[in-house]
Amino acid sequence: MLTILFDGIAYGMLLFILAVGLAVTMGLMNFINLAHGAFAMVGGYITVLLMQRAGVPFLLCLPLAFAGAALLGAVLERTLYRPLYSKPHLDQVLFSIGLVFMSVAAVDYFVGSTQQILHLPEWLKGRTELGSGAWTLGMGHYRLFIIVICAALTVLLQWILSRTRFGSRLRASVDDQRVAAGMGINVNVVFLSTFAFGSGLAGLGGALGAEVLGLDPSFPLKFMIYFLIVVAVGGTSSITGPLLAALLLGIADVAGKYYIPKMGAFIVYVLMIVILLWRPQGLFVRQGGKA
Amino acid sequence: MHKRTILRAAAAAAVVAVSCSSFAQGTPFKIGLILPMTGQQATTGRQIDAAVKLWIAQNGSTVAGRKVEVILKDDTSLPDVTRRIGQELIVNDKVDVVAGFGITPSALAVAPIATQSKTPLVVMAAATSSITEASPYVVRTSFTLPQASVAMGDWAPKNNIKTVVTLVTDYGPGIDAERFFSERFIFNGGKVVDKLRVPLRNPDFAPFLQKVRDLKPDALFVFVPSGAGAAVMKQFGERGMDKAGIRLIGTGDVTDDDQLNDMGDVALGVVTSHHYSTAHPSAANKKYVEAFMKANNNLRPNFMSVGGYDGMRVIYEALKKTGGKGGGDALLAAMKGQIFESPRGPVFIDAQTRDVVQNIYLRKVERKDGQLWNTEFDVIKDVKDPGKTK
Repeated sequence: MLTILFDGIAYGMLLFILAVGLAVTMGLMNFINLAHGAFAMVGGYITVLLMQRAGVPFLLCLPLAFAGAALLGAVLERTLYRPLYSKPHLDQVLFSIGLVFMSVAAVDYFVGSTQQILHLPEWLKGRTELGSGAWTLGMGHYRLFIIVICAALTVLLQWILSRTRFGSRLRASVDDQRVAAGMGINVNVVFLSTFAFGSGLAGLGGALGAEVLGLDPSFPLKFMIYFLIVVAVGGTSSITGPLLAALLLGIADVAGKYYIPKMGAFIVYVLMIVILLWRPQGLFVRQGGKA
Repeated sequence: MHKRTILRAAAAAAVVAVSCSSFAQGTPFKIGLILPMTGQQATTGRQIDAAVKLWIAQNGSTVAGRKVEVILKDDTSLPDVTRRIGQELIVNDKVDVVAGFGITPSALAVAPIATQSKTPLVVMAAATSSITEASPYVVRTSFTLPQASVAMGDWAPKNNIKTVVTLVTDYGPGIDAERFFSERFIFNGGKVVDKLRVPLRNPDFAPFLQKVRDLKPDALFVFVPSGAGAAVMKQFGERGMDKAGIRLIGTGDVTDDDQLNDMGDVALGVVTSHHYSTAHPSAANKKYVEAFMKANNNLRPNFMSVGGYDGMRVIYEALKKTGGKGGGDALLAAMKGQIFESPRGPVFIDAQTRDVVQNIYLRKVERKDGQLWNTEFDVIKDVKDPGKTK
């Protein structure tokens, strides 16, 4: 049972890293970026290709995946996304969905549509077991690794948003662009770096997730729903909301598939509906922000 | 004298008329090939396309005086797209045969159109038993899952596997595999502890594998579409299930030759039952594998490619038998009952069911010359699709 909990937490943490960038763009920047999964896919492919073709070690691939996705995010933000900030949400949705399809086709064309197989280093492959009987806790090393990295990132993110100067600038820019600009904050730069950072996180999530979730060109479409559920259930105004939502969904998903395999795939959606009926704005809503 | 000339002229005219109609003024014989060339099943499309090209390169593109033309279309394995493409091929391009079909739903989508237009439909990949029953014009050259999984249900109980959990993907072929394996396994005195079905778009196998681990059966029987096999196998190893004394068995899709080498050592010792292995030790197969790898940048031919290769043979032979004339019903009749030596071994197209009858091999993954292979160690001869005997 503890093993299930552990697997659920690892899965949830992974979802969180994948989705948190979306929570930032959607919640803080008020931009519906459905192409978020495409950045995750880019990170995944950077890792897989570097490892397979260039023999780069896995640990080095992770920061590279982050940097690659962040760079791509920055370029796209400057060229394609910025003009759309002021457009209605429907335009943003159409635009970003288009990007998704383009990315799917591009990866299909250049890399091929087979499932990519990642080769983890030996020390990540093992498994440690504690206790015995019904309370056995079996921890796959790789899943443990995911949990540690994601936990560290969460703390870092929370710290940046709430304690640093950049964090307050970002929050100010989000709440009122005009006033923030008037106060001497370069809103464009703040948004650019935020977007790039969010994309980078997605890239890192994709790199970490390639092993557990599988990686093929349909990745952004396959997981778009999961990202959206995480963000919708968690609310978009903080980091803790999506984190708790991701954990809840991860655990519910894994436990559901374990205990009632027949219903397995459906439990996540039931949970989402229940939560959204109970709190339509998501689990955590910031008071006083702009709607 | 005069009478004779007239008769001769009439005879000559008759010959010309017959030959004109039979060769249809040299119109090419068209094969519409519908395959998933992009999307999740793209490896299937790639393999079959390569095999079809290889067959044509080896056997020429003229059969019985008629030029053969293959029209390749990508259906991205979406059945509604397959249906539209099938319609276009039959109605606009007037193809003589439609072939290909990566997954069961796409074959089923075109079956009714084939019946209406009396066009033979050669299934080269899709493996649900019931496909051949969807239309009297369906001929299959791949395999069926009952065929592959029943052999495993015979082998396992004889080899110290008394309890099993089945794990299959929740769609046609998976349900076939689950049902026919369990029935045979129970019949042979085994016990199926639990039957798990995984959604087709399943991100993570962890909970299912953990469940299997906690149930502690002697073996886990797996069917997942080729491609997902690697993920199952890796997670199986990482969860330490082999060390917990659980064996991994399944149909050959799990250890697909196309991806086997990338799976690494975790695949070693996995026993599967299937109709084709790249390592099949026959002269015909050695020749086939060599030619295929040479033409395709060292890509290994897998069981999908063999379905495509043999499909082309069936079409060519049928066209030859009709003297280049073609025609839906004539072609179909000529396809039924064909017996030939395929790279996979002897093959027979059953005239009643139009399904393929073939040997099923039991194989074990072994390392040879630094590469992983499905090495065959036992064979069950001439297996007819058990799905049809009910």
